[in-house]
Amino acid sequence: MISKLFKFHGGVHPPEHKLESTTTPIRPVALPKRLVLPLRQHMGNLPKVQVDIGEQVLKGQLLAAAEGMISAAVHAPTSGTIVAIDEQPIPHASGLPDVCITLEVDGEDRWIEHGPLDYRSLGKTEVIERLRQAGVVGLGGATFPSHVKLREDARHPVRTLILNGAECEPFITCDDMLMRERAAEIVQGIEIMQYLLGAERCIVGIEDNKPQAAQAMRAACAESAIPIEVAAVPTLYPGGGAKQLIKVLTGREVPSGKLPTEIGVQCFNVATAYTVHRFIHHGEPVISRIVTVTGNVAQPGNFEAPLGMAISELVQSAGGAGAGTQSFIMGGPMMGFALPFPQAPLVKATNCIIVASANMFPPPPPAMPCIRCTRCADACPADLQPQELYWFAKSDNFDKARDYHLFDCIECGCCSYVCPSRIPLVQYYRYAKSEIIALDRAKQAADLARERNELRLARIEREKQERAAKHAQKAAGAKAEAAGDDAKKAAIAAAMERAKAQKAEVAPQNTDNLAPAVQAEITEIDARRGEAAETQEKQGS
Amino acid sequence: MNNPPYLTGNASVSIIMLKVLLALLPGVAAYVWVFGSGILVTLTLASLTALASEAVMLKLRNRPVMPFLLDGSALVTAWLLALALPPLAPWWLVVVGTLFAIVIAKQLYGGLGYNPFNPAMIGYAVLLISFPAIMTQWPAPLELAKAQLGFADQLHYIFGRILPEGVSLDAISSATPLDYLKTQLKLQHGFAEIAQAPIFGVLGGKGNEIVVGAYLLGGLYLVQQRIISWHIPTAFLLALVAMSGVFHLIAPAHYAGPAFHLFSGASMLCAFFIATDPISGPTTPKGKLIFAAGIGVLTWLIRSYGGYPDGVAFAVLLMNICVPLIDAYTQPRVFGHSK
Repeated sequence: MISKLFKFHGGVHPPEHKLESTTTPIRPVALPKRLVLPLRQHMGNLPKVQVDIGEQVLKGQLLAAAEGMISAAVHAPTSGTIVAIDEQPIPHASGLPDVCITLEVDGEDRWIEHGPLDYRSLGKTEVIERLRQAGVVGLGGATFPSHVKLREDARHPVRTLILNGAECEPFITCDDMLMRERAAEIVQGIEIMQYLLGAERCIVGIEDNKPQAAQAMRAACAESAIPIEVAAVPTLYPGGGAKQLIKVLTGREVPSGKLPTEIGVQCFNVATAYTVHRFIHHGEPVISRIVTVTGNVAQPGNFEAPLGMAISELVQSAGGAGAGTQSFIMGGPMMGFALPFPQAPLVKATNCIIVASANMFPPPPPAMPCIRCTRCADACPADLQPQELYWFAKSDNFDKARDYHLFDCIECGCCSYVCPSRIPLVQYYRYAKSEIIALDRAKQAADLARERNELRLARIEREKQERAAKHAQKAAGAKAEAAGDDAKKAAIAAAMERAKAQKAEVAPQNTDNLAPAVQAEITEIDARRGEAAETQEKQGS
Repeated sequence: MNNPPYLTGNASVSIIMLKVLLALLPGVAAYVWVFGSGILVTLTLASLTALASEAVMLKLRNRPVMPFLLDGSALVTAWLLALALPPLAPWWLVVVGTLFAIVIAKQLYGGLGYNPFNPAMIGYAVLLISFPAIMTQWPAPLELAKAQLGFADQLHYIFGRILPEGVSLDAISSATPLDYLKTQLKLQHGFAEIAQAPIFGVLGGKGNEIVVGAYLLGGLYLVQQRIISWHIPTAFLLALVAMSGVFHLIAPAHYAGPAFHLFSGASMLCAFFIATDPISGPTTPKGKLIFAAGIGVLTWLIRSYGGYPDGVAFAVLLMNICVPLIDAYTQPRVFGHSK
């Protein structure tokens, strides 16, 4: 049993809406006719396509292999034929398409050859490599490739392994149901993770609004060969944020800009542990996930759905979108986003689909001015001063925003949630962050160009000096016969003088005799350029 | 529908302001009980002036009128100013003060959320400097007054400065306890002796201490409702107690004690309603403590050594000036940072 829990600052208690989707067990879905698998379902490098159009593939077959260390593979969720490899709509807030592999399902659901791995005799490095090609990523939402986090690091040994079953966002219940129904398998995954990391302590953190899940996990952990603690943490959004959960369980804060390993902690979602188990003990790569479908549907609940299934089709499994449906939100109502295309495919990051009607999430009234009431600061789990950040973001005072630690904002939405003026604060922070990143890039590019130019000038200067030295040498040798030297010099000077005069005559030609309008335009452009240079300089300083 | 969070709480500026008005009601009731119903006229006058001038200014500034009228902030300013004025002040004094507060101190600075100074205190300070005689002419509490005015008489007096026949100004007015204390101390009377005067009650001014108690009650309601945090009232009251306590201990004859300071003048109104104005105050917890303690010290200094009987308005305005500095130097530690 865990002895003591700690607190993080702030947090909010939004209505939970979790009961709706936890009345029925996890349900399977009928195999769709077609699956669309985005190559990029994780953070990191784009994996390399391993199949051709027209190729027959089996369930679990590698479709795209991980490229480089931070990357994850993509596999066929069922058997069928590859019919396209092209850009398709993906579930992303931007609405921009991305490269996807389209699989026409044959309905036979035939597996490739697969089986368990004896991970203890295989060697840790080899297990990590296998996980890299198994497509295992963090299923809490960030989809960071898990094998990277499971490598042992001599500089930062992991003493505490934390399993995140907090699931703090309203509406989402996929981890809850997974823990209730498949606790033993999660625990087997935890055992593998503990072995790979050599962690001394394992803690599963579950918010205390999920007593059944906690009960199931406790029972399963009691059976385990290794000691695993199950901690019921207070239900307080965003208590499931990795940094917040680590603070609550260990009392320690992950240093800003650093990884949890810095303080000897590594944190995974419970669903990730489940997929590790499925791969190691059954040889199944990540080809499906549990997803909550809730909101304006007849039969809300959790579904075990193949990756690549159209989200609109998945919603059909829950009884279809009810009347008055306005949008489909992927993720929770605090940090999720409205899908630009409901037919976009289910991906590894899709933990929840909220079918939203207008009265579920009424549009906020027009924003009022900030009255500096600091309810946002009281609610901020990162201990920021959101009212100051808002001010800086609004006035494009990006340097100040950075000084006030804008980049420590986790965009949890607590500030917007409590704001009496209904200011969409998170949007302002996102705007400021993206502007700062863009400016940084532009500055880097400018610095690079300047550096190149300086190198070039230095080279020219060096070559000139070398030439001069050579000439001087020659001249020294021929000094004796340099009687007419002075005359020569005079001639050269005269020639240079002529050239200069000519140049002066030629140079202004293209700006002479211009129409006043054109002249004005040129002046304006020059002024703008001057300004741009000035701002760039300011940013540089 | 495009940006998270889609779930939002139901807090609103209007609700906050409404609760502040609600919290002032016990004080208003006590006021009527002690000084008569004249204050209701002043409150109405200030409210109407505030709403009208706010509407005109919003119109002139091309801002939406209704949302800002309904936010309730103009009413809060009006009420705070009205409660700070002498209850039977002439109508034009109320109107001028409110106009100054709303038009200049609030709207010309950009309206709700943008005023660096507490508008009600700007209005009060302008009136106090411009019309010191009227501003210090307070009616006596009803139980002390030699003559009592009916509601109609009060209306006559407020709008026409007409008193009923046979009633003199002296019969209905008296010096405020703070004012009385100041003059008597100047005359070399000791505090203990001064406190024997009939206008003094158990803790502060007779009658006034009931009003102050009602403000305290309303203020505690605001803390309980989390409309204001504990920082500002606590720091202000503690600073006032500390200053008055230390000096009273050193020279009890020359300095009034802490109880008197807490229960006289605008101390409680300041602690819970004026200094707690979020817009013109600091935002960090530590900053709030510094800000409010500063107001407490300045209030005591002005009361004890300044030219005016009460110092709350000037203390608040002086500390308003320091707010950006206070905020900048009291930024709390951010998660994951060492400081």
